[in-house]
Amino acid sequence: MSILSLRDISFSYRADRNAAAREVLRGLSLDVPEREVTALLGPNGAGKTTLLNICLGWLRPAAGRVEFGGRSLGSYSRRDMGRRMSLVPQSEHIPFEYSLLEFVLLGRAPYLAPLESPGEADIAVAAEMIARVGLGDRAGASVLATSAGEKQLVMLARSLTQQPELLLLDEPSAHLDLRNKRRLIGLLQAEVERGCSVLLTAHEPEFAAAVASHVVLMRDGRVITAGPVDQVMTTENLSATYEIPVVAHRADGRLAFLW
Amino acid sequence: MLLLIGLVVTALLAVFVGRYPRPGFLNPRLLVSDQLAVRVVTGLRLPRVIAAMLVGATLGAAGCVLQMLFANPLVEPGLIGVSQGSAFGAALAIVVLAPRLWVIQIFAALFGFGGLALSYFVARRLRFGGRILRLILAGIAVSAVFSAGVGLIKFAADPLSELPAITFWLLGGLSAVEWGQLLQSAPVAVAALLFVFARRWRLNLLSLDDRVSFSLGTAPERERLGMLVAATVATASVISIAGIVGWVGLLIPHIARRLVGSDGRAVVPASLLLGGIFTVVSDTVARTIIIGEIPLGVVTSLVGAVGFIGLLATYGVHVEK
Repeated sequence: MSILSLRDISFSYRADRNAAAREVLRGLSLDVPEREVTALLGPNGAGKTTLLNICLGWLRPAAGRVEFGGRSLGSYSRRDMGRRMSLVPQSEHIPFEYSLLEFVLLGRAPYLAPLESPGEADIAVAAEMIARVGLGDRAGASVLATSAGEKQLVMLARSLTQQPELLLLDEPSAHLDLRNKRRLIGLLQAEVERGCSVLLTAHEPEFAAAVASHVVLMRDGRVITAGPVDQVMTTENLSATYEIPVVAHRADGRLAFLW
Repeated sequence: MLLLIGLVVTALLAVFVGRYPRPGFLNPRLLVSDQLAVRVVTGLRLPRVIAAMLVGATLGAAGCVLQMLFANPLVEPGLIGVSQGSAFGAALAIVVLAPRLWVIQIFAALFGFGGLALSYFVARRLRFGGRILRLILAGIAVSAVFSAGVGLIKFAADPLSELPAITFWLLGGLSAVEWGQLLQSAPVAVAALLFVFARRWRLNLLSLDDRVSFSLGTAPERERLGMLVAATVATASVISIAGIVGWVGLLIPHIARRLVGSDGRAVVPASLLLGGIFTVVSDTVARTIIIGEIPLGVVTSLVGAVGFIGLLATYGVHVEK
């Protein structure tokens, strides 16, 4: 079963006066399997982030259909979407000095009425998620005082606070050290155990192979191959995707990549 | 809570401070014996102190809302065309139409709103920068157009009768406030403030990047517009009472964030109360310190700007970028 399916998606950013519109996605079709971690891999400019934005509903495709949980994506209300899908952006501008708890608490927004402020139960959820990403002892600290890697974990905690069915992550491993990468992998797999589905973009094949069970290789706005990690992440496929020689090795039962 | 008590105490003190019967403090016992004292307090000082509270609370809260909406601690009503629009409207009313108070007020409110609307539509046409930068750029341009208009009107105005009225209005002041005028403008401002107050937690959401805010289940464009309109309505209606009172909208939210943190749940009420206290004190200073009257806008700008520099120099204010 797939939780999200995209069919024949085309998308281009609005053209500048002096440049023709560049088509970022060209007739792309994709299925995100339920209760699995799916990794999107591809060179810079392949359209990974654009694709993520379309899954979120933030961008509307010029052509094609997006179905989420068997219904058209556009048929969900904004609040409903906030409860079912959440996003961890690659980076985020935070203008004011919120505490970690105040910041993560914002993930409760879709569960609150327009005039409501979060209550005890919401605070409990937020605190639990902060603890889950391993920052429990820093809940009162300022978000602006966290490092880039910690900030990424805080954004993840906020997304988990939305208790989504589908979690989108844009380059979640970018700022993390090895230990936190390992922690992130554990966290995401635990979410899958709880019934959540995950779609993430990645640049490091090792990270993708370690976290995901399903992999999608993209290039020039199209899907090249998609399927289970072992079948997709081969020497031939990766070399064709990145246009440089990449060798997939199996060592200690894990995949490693030489390039 | 402390701030609420602070505001009440300040207001009470302000009612009794003045230049009647002699400069300084008015003995409350006079209220029993002296008819004139009663009239000074209830007819002049009370409406004036209430107006100062309303003006300050509104400007403080509106500044706070705008800073959060634009995710930028430098924004205030003057930056998006509201203040200059109002000034132009008022000057126009003084010169072209009868300089009656209610005409000036309506014009000020309408043009203040027009200033925002114009900035908003110009911003949509701009092809430069992000959405927030566009609105601020448009606001600066629209403000400049309106100030040029004000300059032109001042140039054309009768230097004996009309020019002083315009100047006084541009500098801001509460000396002409009476009950009737207060009752006209207050309900609108209070209603707009209630709306802002009720949705203060969601301001946090709107201070984030639009895409993130969207992913949290909001409709950022629509919610931002709603808050923007509420803040502008409130600002325009108090500008119509007091003229242009500068710096409250910029300074107060900064102090509030220092005191209670950045969360909208705390910072909006703190800005309301602090704005009220600051303006009541400033207005009391403005009317008592010399025999005449210093324009309120001059006092708030002077104190505000000096305080602002002091604030930024004393504490390490964490602002990203």
